[in-house]
Amino acid sequence: MGKHRIGEHTIAFPNRPRILSSAAVVGPKEGRGPLSTAFDFVLEDALYGQKSYEQAEHAIFQEACERCLKKANVPKERVQALLGGDLLNQIMAASLAARELSVPFLGLYGACSTMAESLILGSMLVDGGYASPVLCAAGSHYCTAERQYRFPLEYGNQRTMAAQWTVTGTGACLLGDEGNYLARTEMATVGQVVDMGIRDANNMGACMAPAAADTLKRHFLDTGRKPKDYDQIITGDLGRVGSEILTELMEESGFPLRESQYMDCGLCVFDPKDDVHAGASGCGCSASVLSAMILPRLHTGEWKRVLFMATGALLSPTTSQQGETIPGVAHAVVLEGGDEA
Amino acid sequence: MQQKADHNQARERYMELVKRLTPKSKLGQGCLRAFWVGGGICMLGQAIADAGHRWLGLASADASAFASITLIFLTALLTGIGVFDKIARYAGAGTVVPITGFANAMVSPAMEFKPEGWVLGTGARLFTIAGPVLVYGISASVIVGILYYFIRW
Amino acid sequence: MTYLKVFLTGGLLCVIGEALILKTKLTPARILVLYITAGVILSAAGLYGPIVRFGAAGATVPLTGFGHLLAQGTISAVQEKGLLGAFTGGMQAAAGGIAAAVFFGFLTAVCFKPRPKDT
Repeated sequence: MGKHRIGEHTIAFPNRPRILSSAAVVGPKEGRGPLSTAFDFVLEDALYGQKSYEQAEHAIFQEACERCLKKANVPKERVQALLGGDLLNQIMAASLAARELSVPFLGLYGACSTMAESLILGSMLVDGGYASPVLCAAGSHYCTAERQYRFPLEYGNQRTMAAQWTVTGTGACLLGDEGNYLARTEMATVGQVVDMGIRDANNMGACMAPAAADTLKRHFLDTGRKPKDYDQIITGDLGRVGSEILTELMEESGFPLRESQYMDCGLCVFDPKDDVHAGASGCGCSASVLSAMILPRLHTGEWKRVLFMATGALLSPTTSQQGETIPGVAHAVVLEGGDEA
Repeated sequence: MQQKADHNQARERYMELVKRLTPKSKLGQGCLRAFWVGGGICMLGQAIADAGHRWLGLASADASAFASITLIFLTALLTGIGVFDKIARYAGAGTVVPITGFANAMVSPAMEFKPEGWVLGTGARLFTIAGPVLVYGISASVIVGILYYFIRW
Repeated sequence: MTYLKVFLTGGLLCVIGEALILKTKLTPARILVLYITAGVILSAAGLYGPIVRFGAAGATVPLTGFGHLLAQGTISAVQEKGLLGAFTGGMQAAAGGIAAAVFFGFLTAVCFKPRPKDT
């Protein structure tokens, strides 16, 4: 058993790696949402002057990384690792951004849980003294996700009530071991893949909620903490349906979320007036909300300690068409308030 | 064995929870919208066929083909300017079931996969959604033809 | 009066499709396949002809009508040319629709770019 482990699935970061800066770059629809002014940059057009939406996704990813570095005043030559991923096949947006940034790159795929995955691994690298600073990023694009997982953009299709809308955007964080910081990572719980047999790719929330409940329960058992020990428990992109399911599952498991404050990033990206049904999804959802809302509130001391848990539906169109069920995964990171806190 | 039974039971319980908490689409509203839009598209088709018959002197079968081609053209145009999917989002099967649904299923991937090139993008992907329609429609008609040749009902 | 029949027939065929989409797991792509195949079979069995006589474009514009066209084309070609007609008749009858969809699909791809919908 590793010496920094607490319980079966949770690890502690004794040196509390610091989140030095963060940035979020999002599309126009996200820019009209409630977090509008909190994003670092809102695109006027989802194509972002590129030839294809895949190229746009890559450019957005790169833009977020560059803005994040600029805010921490760290030149890219000093970055010792980029940990990141997206939803494209072969995580091409992150890979192409890494090509342009020319930094050591470890590509990640955790579907929409990628931001938490990168924060956990980044914190390990920093805490263990293997690399600092480390750039962690995750992004997605509505237009590339639609064509890869669903239908062409101009195809006339009715969305079901449980369907979610993929966020166009990337969130990036710079982790380091010294200097001013927004927040620190205290511990993390790495989730296991949970599959309760859902096949409906239009109900991602239901695919991911059991994994979220599993990771939360393990976190509380491993750490001996209770929901009330957190000012806010935040899930990535369960959406309206998924977060209602999670609330019920946690009620059954003996760690009711109502003892704390609970929110889902999927419900704070889009304007409720926009017809997005069950909310937002995608790697960029939790990543951009982390940068635009969670870290600033930790920095100002509004929140002292939060549990940030990004959730992913491990879906592939190929296995889905072959009748395979959709497994979910969720990773949780404990974030503590920044300088002033 | 017991473990597997427990697992299946847990899955079934979860399915029920999901079913209870997932909002349902409105059947009545959906059917009403499909009815008037779908019926409307068919009336437009009839009007085009009648016009073809009256002013172009087309025979009945040709007038019907003329109506189909015109509807397909209109669908292609509306898809191109980004309006068709909005209508379809409202009308559901009202635009899917008429020939407009078939046309949109051809036009939209042709546009979507343009960045992958004219041959392997637009050319090949044109049939991704509507291809099965041709495969099953044509195969069924060939089977009907062969049967008819031998049985002649 | 004709137009009322057209409206009712076409509308009803669409309502059946909508109910299938909402009540079963059938995706729109499967509905298209189902409708064209059902059209071929119903037409061959002689059941779709009366619907066309009643509903006119209300029965020919929906995809079942496309199936009807394929089946009737095949049957009359078999009557004329024998077995060869089983292969040529359907496509000949449906050629206009298929060629139009392919050509206008291509033309649209030449002229337009897909856009995300922001509303």
